[in-house]
Amino acid sequence: MGNTFDHEHSYPGRLIIVEGIDGSGKSTQIQLLQKWLVSMGYRVFFTEWNSSALVKETIRRGKKKNLLTPTTFSILHATDFADRLAHLILPPLKAGMIVLADRYVFTAFARDVVRGVHPEWVRQMYGFAVRPDLAFYFKVPIEVSLKRILVGRASLKFHEAGMDLGLSDDPKESFKIFQSKIIEEYNAIADEFKLVVMDATKPIYSQQAIVREFVQEKLQNYTGIPYTSVLSDEQAKR
Amino acid sequence: MSKPNGKSFFGTGLPYLDVSDLTGKLIVIEGTDGVGRSSQIDELKKWLEVKGYAVTTTGWTRSPLLGTAIETAKSGHSLNVNTFSLLYAADFADRIEHEIIPALKAGFIVLADRYIYTAFARAIVRGADPLWIREVYGFALEPDAVFYMDVKIENLIPRVINAETLIEHYWENQSGEGMDYWEAGMDLKLGEDVYDSFVKYQKRVLDQFDLMAREFQFVIVDATQEFSAINSTLKTGILSVLEDD
Repeated sequence: MGNTFDHEHSYPGRLIIVEGIDGSGKSTQIQLLQKWLVSMGYRVFFTEWNSSALVKETIRRGKKKNLLTPTTFSILHATDFADRLAHLILPPLKAGMIVLADRYVFTAFARDVVRGVHPEWVRQMYGFAVRPDLAFYFKVPIEVSLKRILVGRASLKFHEAGMDLGLSDDPKESFKIFQSKIIEEYNAIADEFKLVVMDATKPIYSQQAIVREFVQEKLQNYTGIPYTSVLSDEQAKR
Repeated sequence: MSKPNGKSFFGTGLPYLDVSDLTGKLIVIEGTDGVGRSSQIDELKKWLEVKGYAVTTTGWTRSPLLGTAIETAKSGHSLNVNTFSLLYAADFADRIEHEIIPALKAGFIVLADRYIYTAFARAIVRGADPLWIREVYGFALEPDAVFYMDVKIENLIPRVINAETLIEHYWENQSGEGMDYWEAGMDLKLGEDVYDSFVKYQKRVLDQFDLMAREFQFVIVDATQEFSAINSTLKTGILSVLEDD
């Protein structure tokens, strides 16, 4: 098996991911990208971070009872990711689809390190991940993100504000400290993994135009023909 | 391996925890399924307590965080090797931080019924990358000693498959054989029936333990001996760990 994250994958599909803090507008951008790709006739599959049933209940219970440590929090999210990779990301990639992921392993690299785990360890743990073909990082100042989040709702969620870390008793203040640290990590990650850094303060429309340009370029040699060498492996066995 | 003052991490470690002041001892009893680890540990605990040491025992998959999540996941879902390995790692991390480290800090002797080596063996026979699984467990503590209860596959079979367990399991669990589905490695589909699968799977696990015995310098205990002979070997080994201080 070995580490799969340190080199390009050879599946016929394409993996395009977006990263950024809450309120950076990444979800809006990836949804617009999805609409565009579908309208052009591509087979697209969309997946989100932390949505599988396997450990959802454990994470929820752990958060509620405050049982989670930085390490168990990190491993549980990796478990969840491993399950989604196997069931939701690899099959469409092998089938030649375009997989769009709202957040990917970089979320864990940034967030879990801010929570206190070893940066090298979390990267090693996700060594089984598929390296994305294209990764966007939506960079936004903390004030802009906070303003966007608080539109339409009165308060910040406990973990979103990093309240469990004891940074500040005031949720807004805690959010700023916590998310600023995440931004610092993201900036370093963007360099380390050559993410496409997007100015997320620009109008949605202009950002989307840039996103589409990058995607179009990545799709130049894309045929979407499903991977069938699994069949020749079978034949070889007989 | 043994450090008189404090402990060290197996790999990258837990940056937010200082383990230099852990005065207790972490003693690991490893060995495959059905080798008799837990009855040995019960006996060792009594013996150490009579000698005046505070002892806590810890097992595999018992953490309050995961609870029944692992059992539920195993029963209903097709887990791939990475998911399977990470679920166990989460459970282990919970025990390391909430059970093992606090006990060592309080100066207890921790007797661990299985440790990360079991996780390595199970993951590797299911196809995990050996380097990766070691990296994942980088937050584990280096034990003060690992006693490996060594058996050959021929010795293992009669312990697991016997008249009593066959009948008990057939009628009570309707599983037909005296062994757990995962212990038999049935998820790997190695054989026609549970027996064939068990033999092939356990052989692979034992091979992994043999490799690790060298890599991690296990103290090898011949587990084909009588209970009392095994127990006195373990006691002698533990005494020498305790006398290190």
